[in-house]
Amino acid sequence: MISFSGVVKRYPGGQEGLKGVSFTIEAGEFAFIAGHSGAGKSTLLKLIPAIERPSSGAILVNGQNVGAIKRSALPYLRRNLGLVFQDQKLLYDRSVFDNVMLPLAFSELGGREAAGRARAALEKVGLLARAKANPIQLSGGEQQRLAIARAVVNRPSVLIADEPTANLDTASAGAILEIFAAFNQVGVTVLVATHDEALIGRFAKRVLRLAKGSLVV
Amino acid sequence: MKTWLRQHRQAIAAAFGKLAAQKSAALLNALVIGIALSLPAGGYALLSSLRQVTQGISLEPQLSVFLRGEAKRSDADALGARLKSDPRLGDVRFVPREQALKELQATEGLAEVVAALNRNPLPDAFVLRPKGADPAVLDGLAKELRALPGVAHVQVDSAWARRLGALAGIARLAIALLAALLAFGLVAITFNTIRLQILTQRAEIEISKLIGATDAFIRRPFFYLGALQGLAGGLFALGILWGSLAALNGGIAELAASYGSGFRLAFLGTGDALAVTLFSAGLGWFGAYLSVSRYLLEIEPK
Repeated sequence: MISFSGVVKRYPGGQEGLKGVSFTIEAGEFAFIAGHSGAGKSTLLKLIPAIERPSSGAILVNGQNVGAIKRSALPYLRRNLGLVFQDQKLLYDRSVFDNVMLPLAFSELGGREAAGRARAALEKVGLLARAKANPIQLSGGEQQRLAIARAVVNRPSVLIADEPTANLDTASAGAILEIFAAFNQVGVTVLVATHDEALIGRFAKRVLRLAKGSLVV
Repeated sequence: MKTWLRQHRQAIAAAFGKLAAQKSAALLNALVIGIALSLPAGGYALLSSLRQVTQGISLEPQLSVFLRGEAKRSDADALGARLKSDPRLGDVRFVPREQALKELQATEGLAEVVAALNRNPLPDAFVLRPKGADPAVLDGLAKELRALPGVAHVQVDSAWARRLGALAGIARLAIALLAALLAFGLVAITFNTIRLQILTQRAEIEISKLIGATDAFIRRPFFYLGALQGLAGGLFALGILWGSLAALNGGIAELAASYGSGFRLAFLGTGDALAVTLFSAGLGWFGAYLSVSRYLLEIEPK
């Protein structure tokens, strides 16, 4: 479960990214965070894995107060969250397979089991055949699917995506959202930020709409 | 435990991978460290070799009392009895002039010179070991002995050995200071290498932090990289030292042979060589630790 209660995010200089945002996402729910550029979607998503810290208010992720979490506890919080970004954040000095293996390097899994898990994640996103390729050789949609595979390989309870379809054509964007829906069907909580209203319209899911840092009905 | 070991194995493999990816830079760094470390290591080897030579020399104070040439054996016996009764002296040894000549004859290169002499020019002598080592007391004793009848000359023999010992002490201190300075240099080299490596891997570090890597996990390969670079530098230092000693020993052997000595500059013992290598690896690790502590905290996902 993700819960925001009166969350304010004020940047140095006084600009407010979020203005007293409150909402709850239940475990296993799929929700969109919608809004124009600068509405506060990315700020909101960055608060969940504590990439940013709230100026005031409380954020609970699976019962953990993220706003007060210690630096040393951050890795353990983030291991339970799958993060997908608009710019994918892939490593281009290693293969597709090694990118997916990255989160497993600090897991408890043995080498063989980890490799099996990575292959399974790649298969789910339809990239197993490209396992040995370099990410630079993949199309934008494929790179995003690779980012999803890396995000889910540790089997997180929450999947968070910030504009995952921003640079993709309509078909690729739809395919990416289908993948998120598939993970949601097996119990993963999914939170996707997007400004693409047409895409949101294709999925009958809850929408949290942000405008100028506030939630609007 | 199994996971911990696996992560260390992975970190070592990653460190080797980074070294292999930048062979030339890594080689040059190790060479610079090796050259820097070979200087104090060479000084240490030199002192160790000299210590082996000086170990055979007594640093106990010793006085040589030479009698006048015309002194008779009865005069020598009388003086000997007087010296033996002196409570300030521990050991009194008489060296007759004949024995002194034999010893001189046995000295390399002097046999022919001695044979050419018409008569024995050496005097009878006493070698004395005083009970104390106070230089002022020794000087007073030497002055008293010079005033005794039949005594031509008194020499405080241990002075040069004491000076040699003091010089060796200064050299050891100088080498320790040099080692400390160069160790600082090694740490600085590693610090900078790791800093550059961290900057090069900024994206990977950011992503690793995003997906749940602990600081320890991220730091580990850098520590191993620093230690490996130091280790390689230490091995280079030993190689440079070995090569230099081999080259120098050719000339030293010739020079020593002309003095009838088999003196050679010895390479470091196994323990010392191991200590140099481990010390170098340790300094590399320390440089990496400082660098990682300074720069890793600055990198946070955005």
